[in-house]
Amino acid sequence: MATLTKTHCFHCGDICIAEEIKHDDKNFCCNGCYQVYSILINSKLGAYYKLNPHPGDTRKIADKKFSYLDEPEIEAQLISYKDSHKTIVSFYIPAIHCSSCIWLLERLHTINPGIIENRVDFLKKQVDIQFNQQQISLSEVATLLQSIGYEPLISLQDVVKQNHQAKDNLLPKIAVAGFCFGNVMLLSFPAYFGLSAADKHFGTFFSLLSILFCIPAVLYSGIDYFKQAYYNLKNGVLNIDFPLALGILVMFLRTLSAYIFNLGEGFADSLTGLIFFLLIGKFIQKKTYYHLSFERDYRSFFPVAVQVITDELKEISVPLEKLKQGDRILVKNQEIIPADAILLKGDAAIDFSFVTGESEPIRKIVGEIIYAGGKQTGSAIELEVIKPVSQSYLTGLWNNEAFVKPKQDKIKTFSSKVSKIFSIALVMISVGTLLYWLPQNWQLGLNAFTAILIVACPCALALSTPFTMAAALSVFDKNKFYLKNTDVVEQLAAINSIVFDKTGTVTIAGENGVTFSSNLNQADKEIISNICKNSTHPLSQKINSFIGSQKAIKIEEYCEIPGAGMTALVGKELVGIGSCFFVTGQTKTNAQFPEVHVKIGDRYLGYFAIRQKFRPDLNKILTDIDQNYQTYLLSGDTDQDAEALSAVFKKENLLFKQSPQNKLDFIYKKQQNNTRIMMIGDGLNDAGALKQSDAGIAVTDHINNFTPGSDAILDGASLHLLPKFLRFSKSAVKVIHYSFFISLSYNLVGISIAMTGQLSPLIAAIIMPLSTVTIISFTSIATHLAAKKHQLTS
Amino acid sequence: MSTIFFLIGCSVVLALIFLLAFFWAHHDGQNDDLYTPSVRILLDDDGTIEDPEVPKK
Repeated sequence: MATLTKTHCFHCGDICIAEEIKHDDKNFCCNGCYQVYSILINSKLGAYYKLNPHPGDTRKIADKKFSYLDEPEIEAQLISYKDSHKTIVSFYIPAIHCSSCIWLLERLHTINPGIIENRVDFLKKQVDIQFNQQQISLSEVATLLQSIGYEPLISLQDVVKQNHQAKDNLLPKIAVAGFCFGNVMLLSFPAYFGLSAADKHFGTFFSLLSILFCIPAVLYSGIDYFKQAYYNLKNGVLNIDFPLALGILVMFLRTLSAYIFNLGEGFADSLTGLIFFLLIGKFIQKKTYYHLSFERDYRSFFPVAVQVITDELKEISVPLEKLKQGDRILVKNQEIIPADAILLKGDAAIDFSFVTGESEPIRKIVGEIIYAGGKQTGSAIELEVIKPVSQSYLTGLWNNEAFVKPKQDKIKTFSSKVSKIFSIALVMISVGTLLYWLPQNWQLGLNAFTAILIVACPCALALSTPFTMAAALSVFDKNKFYLKNTDVVEQLAAINSIVFDKTGTVTIAGENGVTFSSNLNQADKEIISNICKNSTHPLSQKINSFIGSQKAIKIEEYCEIPGAGMTALVGKELVGIGSCFFVTGQTKTNAQFPEVHVKIGDRYLGYFAIRQKFRPDLNKILTDIDQNYQTYLLSGDTDQDAEALSAVFKKENLLFKQSPQNKLDFIYKKQQNNTRIMMIGDGLNDAGALKQSDAGIAVTDHINNFTPGSDAILDGASLHLLPKFLRFSKSAVKVIHYSFFISLSYNLVGISIAMTGQLSPLIAAIIMPLSTVTIISFTSIATHLAAKKHQLTS
Repeated sequence: MSTIFFLIGCSVVLALIFLLAFFWAHHDGQNDDLYTPSVRILLDDDGTIEDPEVPKK
């Protein structure tokens, strides 16, 4: 037997399995890797390999053509600036992963002098390229990036939404609030310790200065609370912004009147502090994953341009939206079919796994309709478009109302429920106090009324959710579970049913378990491997990767019959590999998975069984999930795995051959019965269900891969933690409940003092920061402990 | 004691300068990418080595 020594590719670190490629004493797993290496060495950029071992990305994947980038329309949508000698473009490059990447990408000008300067943004996996269009075109820039192993990902959605997110002013607002808060505290300290009569003139000066500091804090930093409160009131919603805005307003007015009527100290310190802490809470809640997108739809899955064959039989690139009915298009290996079309020419084996959940590539014959979204595996095919892209079978899903209407009926967050009650109670208590005092002493009444609004300002309440959720988010994040925003934690805690997709979710996408029905000897392996090598059929490739690399032997008269199998002569023996009927002449009807039979000469060897590979911990996940969750499985695939799956799912909860629309309807129907559903899926076929569900989670085995729009993205490797995630989210919500009671008790103490009309600014200045600090530390510690309890942190 | 008026004026002006400096830096895009510069500074400018050593695995 040939001994296999494991050598790692010098460029990408993969194990070299194919025939050896050796240059300069270094091994390479494929020609692509070697080419990148030689480009870099020739450009004297060898230090790329010094910074990190095996810094490259594998180059085994087929190359793409970028000629479509020279279409003026597409180019105009991509570039951000252009003049006669300088063009600026930003590319998203998923392969960026280490310091070598930064180093190399910022030195592209040494490879091609047409490039002026590059800037890498590591977290966004983005590179801004300035280049001279007279020396190098946009498509050449993209090709250059690809040739060194950094292929830019250009999708239709990125082209369409070029506008960057609205400029975020939160940081400047925090800076101003912090500046005002700090200065006001400095000016307030003398008043806390009491000023002697001789220093009274300082007191008025300090108060005046404090008021001046309050003005930018309220009018610049705090203005959003007024806007939000006004907007919500107009829509008949009472949320936490209302008492906050009221508190800020009253504090500001009392501070002003205290100065004007010389009534002593105002609340400038509490006011600026409140705004500062609230904005910090806002900041902490806003966690952004630059490299992930939760809003992707079919457009980022589809190519930007398509190869169209003109009447003169020339190939031209046409932007996807310009594709018309009747166009003849050319789709190469691993390319996606962009619109519903009829097969005109070629051998089509379409992989629909991402669209329908169907796990095996489907053979199509000339004249058949192929729906958009499938991926061609094999040689190039020619198709005629019968429907524009926007009206295809798949894209039609996006016209469903689940995508049109905003998510209003999602689970209400705890704080939004509570703040409504809180606001009503606050108004009633304050008005009641005013009415009680009014007949006796209007000044005291007014004093008490405003004091209640100040002291009850729900600062701690407003902070408890952001701080707990931010801590929870970072715990999830460490376990490769990326949530879109903090509300998703509460959605996770509220669900009571879980729906799984099959292909790519409970099975591992692209991985198959291949077994042979009996034993193979070395000579047989060599024969099978050498025949399968000639075929692009996915099953042949799977068999090949199962057998592994073998010695090359001579085969003759190789012949592939589409839909049946292959024959070849080895020595004097005729070898047949293919379907049961093709090889043995008998039909087998009850096959549960694809089988590939082998016959050498007169010897029938047996068959390869190609099964889908389930995630290793699937059983454990489902038994670990608490019994009060209902679990369902919706698959677009045939019921070939029903037997294996009924061990972990209830039989009536297994549904097969579900179209994307079926899945959406299933979830909608369940929701009508007050079921809170979490959908876990991975493909475009789940997009509707993910959107409709109360918490949609997209599973992916490679975090840079396309994921459909969802509330959260979960790395496939962490799927086994799902039961823990669910329990932890419940704990996080509990922490919010507890912290709410803590902040409420502070409020009760404050209000009872305020009702007597005796609230001094000093007490307010103590209670406010004290409650804030208590809440922040309680939520952080409690969330951390909860994570520890559920074994999500070390 | 009236020097306090002057001192407070000074401190406020100083603080304002810092605030403006922050605004300038923010506007200049210095907060846009908080990670890459920390890596970039460790990379040598003239790291052009013709034949790299095979890294040990």
